[in-house]
Amino acid sequence: MAGHTVTRAELAEAVFREVGLSRNECAKLVESVLDLIADGVARGETVKISSFGSFSIRSKGQRIGRNPKTGLEVPILPRRVLVFHASHVLKDQINRGGGALVDARPSAEPGEADASKAISTGTPEGR
Amino acid sequence: MTKSELIQRLAEMYPDPRLYHRDYERVVNKIFEEITVALARGDRVELRGFGAFSVRERDARVGRNPRTGAAVQVGQKRLPFFKTGKELRDRVNGG
Repeated sequence: MAGHTVTRAELAEAVFREVGLSRNECAKLVESVLDLIADGVARGETVKISSFGSFSIRSKGQRIGRNPKTGLEVPILPRRVLVFHASHVLKDQINRGGGALVDARPSAEPGEADASKAISTGTPEGR
Repeated sequence: MTKSELIQRLAEMYPDPRLYHRDYERVVNKIFEEITVALARGDRVELRGFGAFSVRERDARVGRNPRTGAAVQVGQKRLPFFKTGKELRDRVNGG
């Protein structure tokens, strides 16, 4: 629960355990996935990842901002920003909490199988 | 772009005779699953240049049913949050 930060290296490691490729190749695959999402969004596409969320672009109009230090008014020009909408599946997983997820893994009961499907499919049996 | 299109594009971008379509699918699924599990654990996922996923806590509050106006207790909850990385933010805005 404590503030650990997951990075590309750990995503690559997870992919490495999943498919029979080298660590280096797995790192490239992770990078490629991130690049493809970034390319799509930068082109104005909405990228929808089912049971995770969607990345889309929102256009913001011009507004008057203020330099908080000097109090001066400055125009904030129209711009495009990326927004992420989490899917309900992701929100539910997060609210179920780490403890529940970890507990559900070794002794997944039949009734709970569906609820924990999204994460239990990836048990690292390859290790 | 949907997840299946992303998988398709990954196969085109990173062709490898050892990988079947199903393997590209596993790669993509694994990445999002890993992020989900990390967030459920309360961890942060930081992908430099792309962005960072984190979890924010919301306190319990008394909400209102907008239709009836009745007060309802809304429990404490955790929400996923994404902050776009500098590089991607500039790309999105710069064109």
